Amino acid sequence: MRRGAGAGLLAVGLLAPLVPLLLWAVAGEFRYPALLPTFSGRGLALLGDAAVRSAVGTSVLIASSVAVLATLAGAAAGRALGLYAFRGRRAVQLLLLAPVLVPTLAVTLGIQVFFIRYGLTDTVAGVVLVQLIPTVPYASLVMASSFASFDPDVEDAGRVLGAGPLRRLRHVTLPAVAPGLAVAALFAFLISWSEYILTLLIGGGTVQTLPLLLFASIGSADLAAAAALSLVIAAPPLLLVGLTARFLTGDRAAVVGFGRL
Amino acid sequence: MSTVPRGLRITLLLAPALLVVVGLFGGGLAQAVAQSLGYQPFLPGRELSLDAYRALWADPAVRASIGITLRVALISTAAAAVLGTAAALLVRSLGRHRRRFAALLQVTLPLPHAVAALAMILLLGQSGALSRVAAALGLVEDPSGFPALTQDGFGWGIIASYVWKEAPFVAVVVLAALSSGVAELEDAARALGANAAQRMRHVLAPVLAPAVAAASVLVFAFTLGSYEVPFLLGRPFPATLPVVAYQQFRDPDLSARPLAMAIAVVTALLVGACVVAYLSLSERLRR
Repeated sequence: MRRGAGAGLLAVGLLAPLVPLLLWAVAGEFRYPALLPTFSGRGLALLGDAAVRSAVGTSVLIASSVAVLATLAGAAAGRALGLYAFRGRRAVQLLLLAPVLVPTLAVTLGIQVFFIRYGLTDTVAGVVLVQLIPTVPYASLVMASSFASFDPDVEDAGRVLGAGPLRRLRHVTLPAVAPGLAVAALFAFLISWSEYILTLLIGGGTVQTLPLLLFASIGSADLAAAAALSLVIAAPPLLLVGLTARFLTGDRAAVVGFGRL
Repeated sequence: MSTVPRGLRITLLLAPALLVVVGLFGGGLAQAVAQSLGYQPFLPGRELSLDAYRALWADPAVRASIGITLRVALISTAAAAVLGTAAALLVRSLGRHRRRFAALLQVTLPLPHAVAALAMILLLGQSGALSRVAAALGLVEDPSGFPALTQDGFGWGIIASYVWKEAPFVAVVVLAALSSGVAELEDAARALGANAAQRMRHVLAPVLAPAVAAASVLVFAFTLGSYEVPFLLGRPFPATLPVVAYQQFRDPDLSARPLAMAIAVVTALLVGACVVAYLSLSERLRR
C-alpha cells in the first residue's frame, strides 16, 4: 500500500508540471483564477510562422552537424583510449572529463573575441564549432567504453581472411561499436538541440535556433506562444529517447549524458 | 598490424578530440584567465593586474551572487540526490510495473532546461497553476496573496526546476548501477541470514554510494555553472554567477570585461575545487 502511494507520488511529481504547459499551449482566454483555459489554436498556429520554420531548419542543421562531427572525433579518440595502453592515457582521460564539469560559459566568454576576429561569429559554422566543446569529450568517453569491450583481434582475423580496410570497418568494427556510436550521436544531438547561451554568444542572435526563439517568447510574456513553442522543442528529444531507451538504461557511460542536458 | 607506427597512430586518433579540448576548451579557459587580468587580445597592451578580482571581492552584488549560486547548487544537488535515490529504490521494488516507471523517469531527462523553466513559471508563478488551485480552495484571493516562488530572492523556482530534471537523472544512474547483479547478491545475503538493515548497509550501500556521489558531482557542477534556468527563473539581482558574468560581458563598456572574466574564472574554480575535493575524498574512502 505504501509502495503504491509512493509510486503515485512519483508519477504525479514527474508529470504534473507538464499539465500547465500543455494547457497554455492550447489556451485562448486563461485569466486568473480560471483553472482551465478557453480553447484556442492561436499558440499552435504561430508554429507555422516563417521564423519558427526557419529556426527548426537551423536547429536541425546545427544539431546534426554537431552530432556527426562529435561522434567522428569521439570514435577516433575512443578507439585510442579503449584499445591501447599508452603513456599519458590517464591524463587524456582527465583532460576529456574537464569540459564535462567546468562550465562551458566561462570558456566561451574567453574565446568569443577570437571567433569575432576570424569571422566565425554570427555564422552557423561558428556555432557548430563552439558546440563541439561540450559534446566531443562526452562522445569520446562513451566511445572509449564501447571500444574497451571490443576485441581488435577480430579485425586481424578479417584481414587474414582477405577483407580490405573498408570491408573490415563495415562488417567487423562498425557492428561491434554501433550501440556506442548511436548513444554518442544521440546525446551530442540533444546537447546541441537544447543549447542556448553558447548559440547566443557566438551566433549573436543572427543564428536563430529554437531555444533562442523560446527565450524571446518567454521574454515577451506571450505564454501561449512560449508554451506551444516549447512543445516543438521538447517533442524530438522525447521521441529520440523513447525510441532508444532500450540501449540507454543499463549502460552507465551512456546514462551520464543526461547530466549535461 | 599496419604500416603506421603505433605512437603516431594513437596521436592521429586522439588529434581531433584533443584539438577541441586543448585548443577550444583549454585555450578559452586560459583566455578567460588572461582577460580577467586585463589582457585584451588584438588591442594595445595594458598592464596586467588583479584589479578585477579586487573589484569582484569588494562588490556586494557579486558577494550576494556567490551566496545564491552556492545555495541553489547545494540545495538542488542534495534534494536531487535524496529524491533520486529514493525514486530508484522505489522503482526497483515495484515488480511488474517496474519497466513502466523506469520509462516514466526518462520523461523529464531529455527536456531542455528552458522548457523545464517555463513549466515551473506556469506551475509555481504567482498567477500559475498552484496559485489558481489555492484560489479555487479559497486560500488566496489574488496572485499577490500567493508566495513568490519564481523570480524570488531565495531561488526556489530555480531549485524546483533543477530538482525536477536532476532527481530523475540521479535515479537513472542509480538504477543502472543496481542492475548489475545486485539482486543476486542481496538474495545470497538473505539466504545467509542478513536482515534488511544489514543488507542495506553491506550490500546496497557500497553499490549505491559511488553511483549517487558521481551523479551528484555532475549535478552540482551543472547547477553551479549553467545560465539558462537562473536567467529565466531568478531575479536580475541577486543573480547567480553565470548570469552576472554574462550581464557584465554584455556591458558595452569594455572596461567591464575583466570583471566578467573574473566572475567566470571564479565560477570555474568553484566547480574545480568541489570536483577535486570529491575525487580526493572518494580516493580516501576507497582505502
